[in-house]
Amino acid sequence: MAERYSSFNSGGRMWLLQRVTAAFLLVVLAFHFFLLHFVHHADEVTLAASSARMEQLSYYSLMVLFLVTATFHGVNGVYNALVNQGLTGTKRTVVKWSLVAASVVLLFQGIRTANAWAGGFPLL
Amino acid sequence: MSQSYNRGLIEDFSRWREFQAGMWAWIFHKFTGWVLIGYLFTHIAVLSTAIPAADGATMMFQGSQTDVFTGTIVSLEGLLLVRILEVGLLAVAVFHMLNGTRLLLVDLGVGLEAQDKSFYASLILTGAITVASVPTFIAGAF
Repeated sequence: MAERYSSFNSGGRMWLLQRVTAAFLLVVLAFHFFLLHFVHHADEVTLAASSARMEQLSYYSLMVLFLVTATFHGVNGVYNALVNQGLTGTKRTVVKWSLVAASVVLLFQGIRTANAWAGGFPLL
Repeated sequence: MSQSYNRGLIEDFSRWREFQAGMWAWIFHKFTGWVLIGYLFTHIAVLSTAIPAADGATMMFQGSQTDVFTGTIVSLEGLLLVRILEVGLLAVAVFHMLNGTRLLLVDLGVGLEAQDKSFYASLILTGAITVASVPTFIAGAF
């Protein structure tokens, strides 16, 4: 059998999380594209329509979970790609924490935006 | 007994003429992944116009005051370049999803023997879905 070559520590927690988020994103990204390009059209976007969707707890929760999983999957994918290209030592540590910081900023801004649409955390 | 093969350096892209289906799938998956994470940051930045809009910020749009979120999105959607880039984004996302499904299945032990065929199927299906979506994505841009 050929030698295994992968940036992932097969069987590790991050390896599993990358695949679990992939399976979730397959479904939710398809739903997102379908709803916002085929059911509604992007050029018909209004603040009121976006707010009406985001005021529903089910939609708000799904979109926040979508943001969290997409951020993890994307940023972890970038980290793995860089490690695969030979990133090691101090550079690896600096890149890792920079990516964590970028993720925190993205999540913070994304949730602020969702709350702006919903007029705060939707309770119903 | 396990056996090692001397593959040479996998990151040596100057060897691209020697690449087979699996290597192209790997390259396309990385490329589309980079595009998608780049887009996610851009997407949230543009959607953030909802924050001032919810506080009542407006802009002049098509001769009247409109909230800055609606005005920004509809202005961007009015640009043909943005519509074309959206079709590109769809192609990138669909390939990443289909090839990602292929990778998940291989991880589960399904289809390793046909991994080259499933890569070609991902490419063809991406092309078909993208072409079929063009009318929806371009509608109203002219």
